[in-house]
Order: sequence, then C-alpha cells, then structure tokens
Amino acid sequence: MKIRKSPGEIIFDTFNYIFLGLLCFTMLYPMLYVVFASFSNPIKLMAYRGPLLRPLDFSVEAYKLLLSYPMIWIGYRNTIIYVVLGTAINILLTTMGGYVLSRKNLKLKNPIMFFIAFTMYFSGGMIPTYLLVQSLGMIDTIWAMIIPGAISTTNLIIMRTGFHSVPDSLEESARIDGAGDWTILFRIMIPLAMPMIAVMILFYAVGHWNAFFNAIIYLRSRDLYPLQLVLREILIMNSTENMTTGISDASDRFAITELIKYAAIVVATVPILCIYPFLQKYFVKGVMIGAIKE
Amino acid sequence: MERLTLKSSQPTKWQELKKDLVRNRNLYLMVLPIVVYYFIFHYIPMYGLQIAFKDFTPAKGIWGSPWVGLEKFREFFVYDSFYVWRIIRNTILINVYDIIFGFPAPIIFALLLNEIKNSIYKRTLQTVSYMPHFISTVVLVGIIMDFFSRDGLINQILESLGILSEPISFMTEPGWFRPLYVGSGIWQNLGWGSIVYLAAISNIDPQLYEAALIDGAGRFRQAIYVTLPGIMPTIIIMFILRVGSIMNVGFEKVYLMYNPLTYETADVISTYVYRKGLLEMDYSYGTAVGLFNSLINFALVVITNQISKKLTETSLW
Repeated sequence: MKIRKSPGEIIFDTFNYIFLGLLCFTMLYPMLYVVFASFSNPIKLMAYRGPLLRPLDFSVEAYKLLLSYPMIWIGYRNTIIYVVLGTAINILLTTMGGYVLSRKNLKLKNPIMFFIAFTMYFSGGMIPTYLLVQSLGMIDTIWAMIIPGAISTTNLIIMRTGFHSVPDSLEESARIDGAGDWTILFRIMIPLAMPMIAVMILFYAVGHWNAFFNAIIYLRSRDLYPLQLVLREILIMNSTENMTTGISDASDRFAITELIKYAAIVVATVPILCIYPFLQKYFVKGVMIGAIKE
Repeated sequence: MERLTLKSSQPTKWQELKKDLVRNRNLYLMVLPIVVYYFIFHYIPMYGLQIAFKDFTPAKGIWGSPWVGLEKFREFFVYDSFYVWRIIRNTILINVYDIIFGFPAPIIFALLLNEIKNSIYKRTLQTVSYMPHFISTVVLVGIIMDFFSRDGLINQILESLGILSEPISFMTEPGWFRPLYVGSGIWQNLGWGSIVYLAAISNIDPQLYEAALIDGAGRFRQAIYVTLPGIMPTIIIMFILRVGSIMNVGFEKVYLMYNPLTYETADVISTYVYRKGLLEMDYSYGTAVGLFNSLINFALVVITNQISKKLTETSLW
C-alpha cells in the first residue's frame, strides 16, 4: 500500500534520519578519536587542539612501547584464561540448570526455582561474600575469578526459557528410542538450543573480558591481574613510567604517555568490538527472552 | 528411611516424592551442582550477615565472635550520621537523575528508530548504538577522564567555540560528577536498552496500524495511539524494575570515577561499604551498612511488585 507522504512527514523523516545519524555518530566518534589518536605522532598530537578526523602524522610509536610492557601480555594471558575457563564452566552449569528447570513433571522444580530466584532479590552482600571466598582459600587464586560467579541467575532463566521452546514431541520420541536424560540433553537439546547458547557464550565471555570487581577485591599478585586491572593502572592511575623510562626528555615522555593510554584502549577493546556485530541477530533474541520472561 | 515411615500420616505425598526422585534421578543429579553452588555462594553469605550484629574478628570467626546487638547500626546512624545522609542522598540522587533522563532515552530512541523505513540504514544505526555497551567500565572511565580533563577534547572544543574562557576541571568538580555519571550511562546504554522496546514494537499486531490508517491517523498519531500503548506493558515492567533498584548504584563505575575531591556528590553506599568494610577492615560495620541497604532494596522490590500487580496484572513473580 503506497501512500503519498504529507509535507509534515517529509520534514519529520528528514529530521529523523539526520538526528539519529548524528546521535549514532556521537556514539562512534569517541572510539574513532581514540583509534586516530593512538596512531598519531605524539608531539604533534600534544600541540593539536580539537577533534581528529584521521591520525596526525601516522606513527606506531605508542604501540611499540605498550607491547614491550610485560604486564600487558600477562594481563592478556590471564584474561584469556579467565574468559575461556570461566565461560566453559558458566555454559556447562547454565545449560544443565536451564534444561532441568525447563522440564515438566519434576516435583521439586518449583522449590528449586524459588531457591535460585530468591537470590536475585536478596543477597549477603560484599563483605560476607568476601569472607566466604577468603575462608574457602580462594583469595589471590584464579578460582576467585571463576567460581563465585559460576552462574548468572538472569542467564539461567533465559536459558530455561530457551529450552521451553523445544517441542516435547522430540524428547518423547527420543525416549521411546531408549535415550536417557544425559543423551537427550547433549544430543537433542543442546544442538537445538545452539543459537541461545551462542548468546550465553557472548554474554558470559564479554562479562569475563570486562570483569573488574572480583579482580580488585580478591587478587593481590600482579601475576594474576586480568587485562582490566592493568588497564586501570595505565588509564586511571597514570602509571606508565615502566614503559617510558627510555625517553629522557620530560615533555616527550608526557606526550607519549597520553598516546600509550589510547593504544591500551584500542588493544583491550577492539577484539570485542570486532566480534559483537556478527552475533547481533542472536543476542537481540536473547535479550528479548530475558526481558519478557514469562 | 526412618523419617519416611514416621511421616506415614501422609504416605502418598512422600511416596510420590520418593518415586519422583528415583525416576528423575539423572535430572536431579544434573541440577545438584547448581543447587550446591547457590547454597555455598549465595546462602552462606546470607548466613554470614549475622556479623552485622556481632563484633567480628577474623581470629574468632563468624561463630565465635561476640554478639553486640544493634551496636554497629548505632555507630553508623548516630556517630557517622554525616556519612549516612551523604551516601543515601548520593545513591538516590544518581538514580533519580538516571530515571528522569536515562529511562525515557531508549524508549524515544526505539520509537524514532521504528520510523526509519530503510532497513540497511536502520540496521547500521542499531549496530553502532550497541557498541558502547561492550566497552568495559575501566575503558569507559578512562575515556571520560581523558576527554573531560582540563586539557581534554571537551575543553578544547568548548574553548575554541568561545563558550568557555577558562577550562573546567570536570573530574575534580563535585557539581559535575552526577551529570557525567548519568550522561555517560545514557551514552553507553541507549542502544542496548532500546532492544527490549524494539522487540515489543515488533510484536504489535499490524492490523492495528491498518485500522488506524483507515480511521485517517497519520504516522505521528499512529506512533502515539498505537505504538506507544502497544509497548506500555513493557515500559511499566522496566520502570518498576528500575524504581526497585533506586537504592542501588553499581560499585565499579563510581569507584573508578570518584576521588576524595568529589566524595561529596559521588560517594555511594556500595563504595562506602567497600572503604569501611574491606579497606579499613571493619567487617561488622561494613556488613551492617550493606544489610541496611539490602533490606531496603528487598522491600522496594516487593512493594513495586505489588503495585505492578494492582496496576497491570503483570508482575515479576
């Protein structure tokens, strides 16, 4: 049905296209500025004022210094370990829990569900949790980064809703063929719920990649620091001396310090920003189910 | 087994449960690690909340430390009343600003985005708008501190436009903390927050639009009289959830953004609990403040849920 637009609509549409375009540009630009600045010449950048539209006098000086700083590599290594191991445990538990809690005819299902959901509304809080982790001997171990957050209740509920949508007939016919609960979960349910699991992997992995709270509370040794704690030292506590000791001139050192920060942001953020657009069609679905849980 | 026979007054129920446990043993085995996890990492800390009423020392442990009744709460409300007022006010004000400015933003964004008919343009806008959501808090605060420093991009632009003659120290000025906190929150969550509303819009029955069209409603009227009412239940649920967490401000962002110069407007309950409880190791005191906060949060969720039940017949449980 094609309808001629009124002048008012044309004005609105034009305004709307431009307004949203500008709005999204303001979301993109800070990241672009950081990328441009990180590839600029440090001295020129310091003298330059105003927005950048491309790198000023292309240079990779900042990346050279940043990547020669061992803590960046230690942080990267640890973050990858936490992401891989943490997400694996998250997915295993969330899938098993979501599957069981989506089954009908389970007498204890509702009590278990209440037991789990109650923790969304009331918790022991920061200090009792810290004392527990301490008494379990997990302080300053990699387990403090993985076990306390082994399941996210929201994700468990999303997962459960996902399994609800698998038709019962599939399970019944598998049962007639003699399949047990484990076979049904791993051979039928998980392959069918794969898009949902992809969303869960994204949510959990991004969570681990960006995690900061557990690290600051539970970790002491720098050997265990995830990337985010190393970044915090560089970005917020301004500690880049280790990287710039070779530069004798004070103003050169100051100029390169700023650039190292930009390079650090790029190195720590770009991997995730490159992945999420490919998973977009899945996570929109995931968020939807999470928000409109029955 | 003995307990089962003792309960023989209601044999059918117990026998049924026993049968269920045997028949579904694999399912119960699967869910066991999850139940154990929740017991250890969520319920044991709740048990640990009792140290709010004790004078806890690590050497004596939770069980062995002496009871002191409401002493820790009195310490907080009476001796530290200056901080009580400050952290409660800051926690609520950040949330109030966020509800006023941050809550409607994704709804308006979703409504405007819905009017974009070119699907490639729409998809691009969506993809770009989700990006800030994936940036870590550390990086977000790092960018804010850089852009809003005295010599940062924002001051450079404002000065070159002649709006400012003197650069502003955004990060050390207490008056700028809330606008920066809430504003950067909107920047980060505008696109992500709109997903829920876009999904709700896509669930509206297309016949309603056709009927409105026949009645002579233009696009603006359709948006007001069809789209907006169509997503109202979602808006109400999201609003209730948001108001229910009005006494809750995430620890990470404040912790990274604030400094002693801005404590006046920036210090919130969670950061205060962290400094007192973990840094100064006054565990009982920190737990008492945290418990006070958890109880209010719990009450708020229950109340808002009751209101939601009455208003819309939709509730969270």
